[in-house]
Amino acid sequence: MTRKKRRLYMLGLALLGLGAATALTLTAFEDNIVFFFSPTQLQTQDIGDRNFRLGGLVEEGSVSKLPDGVTTRFRVTDTVHTVAVTYRGQLPDLFREGQGVITEGRMINGVFQAREVLAKHDENYMPPEVADALKEAEHFKANSKDQKPSS
Amino acid sequence: MHRFANPARFQRLSAVVLPWTAGATVILLIVGLYISLIGSPRDYQQGDTVRIMYIHVPAAWMSLFVYVNMAIAAACGLVWKHPLADLFAKAAAPVGAGFTFICLVTGSLWGAPMWGTWWVWDARLTSVLILFFLYLGYMALVNAFDDPQRGTRAGNVLLLVGIVNVPIIKFSVDWWNTLHQPASVIRMGGPSIDGSMLVPLLVMALGFTTYFVTVVLLRLRAEIVQRKIQTMRLSEAQG
Repeated sequence: MTRKKRRLYMLGLALLGLGAATALTLTAFEDNIVFFFSPTQLQTQDIGDRNFRLGGLVEEGSVSKLPDGVTTRFRVTDTVHTVAVTYRGQLPDLFREGQGVITEGRMINGVFQAREVLAKHDENYMPPEVADALKEAEHFKANSKDQKPSS
Repeated sequence: MHRFANPARFQRLSAVVLPWTAGATVILLIVGLYISLIGSPRDYQQGDTVRIMYIHVPAAWMSLFVYVNMAIAAACGLVWKHPLADLFAKAAAPVGAGFTFICLVTGSLWGAPMWGTWWVWDARLTSVLILFFLYLGYMALVNAFDDPQRGTRAGNVLLLVGIVNVPIIKFSVDWWNTLHQPASVIRMGGPSIDGSMLVPLLVMALGFTTYFVTVVLLRLRAEIVQRKIQTMRLSEAQG
């Protein structure tokens, strides 16, 4: 075996080992890398009394402002389960019904008290005319249902 | 491959290629900036903020493209001892770091109004930040040795170790829940971005690529000439 060949094999082996080690590490830390939990995951996993992020779609027709003017109440859904959320503060531009959101906070008496609300943008980019045309064709509705956050 | 590793041949070849890539860069970036900032439509949800995407996405692609190229060069440098491969990685590093920096900054500027935050520690954003540190670490490491050969070797090893980060960046949005949206262009089922926005994006990406080729060729040429001068000075002093 020439020296070049040996170096090449060594390099290949080293990269293989490194790749395997990284894959194992990432699998082991999976729960820590997950940025948010979906309402369904809340049902199946015991998260405990701590701060965490809840992600999903803002349920259609669930957004209401409380009389004090700064508190918003809405429900986050992944179309299977829903969680009620209250949030005091300003909402981002993209926050609207049917839109993905990620909120940080904790569960208090079955209601998620959010400290922070972030809007999640999906991978669709189109001009308004195209969005209107799609909406008319009802494709739009079916599409956005497909894109519920995967868990 | 060894044919192109000859520095004299590289100097001749690059002198022919350079005017073309430089010209293409100017034209592509002027056309690309015009159609993406003025000619393309607003987004149905983001409005005009979508225009940040035309800088952000090509910069993100380039940050990965440059890194993969540097890692391939590092492998060639370690295995076949190509002198030009080592020089290429060194020449490309600041350009790649620049692209990564642009990607991080524009992403942050987009995130502030759209997400409602400048920065979150989700898998995509964090892995791109690590890529940025890999670039910086490589540049620091290569220059940290008195013997440039040892620095290059250490740098090459770092580049190859860092390659595991590349698939993590690409697939982070699919493997884990992230705030960052999934891929819109290179994805299963075709692009989910309207044609009127995809064309400006691709023109910009092409312009970024020719820019990278131009700058790296220039830096390589300068480095080769500088080494030649050094050798001549040395032999002069000895003779």
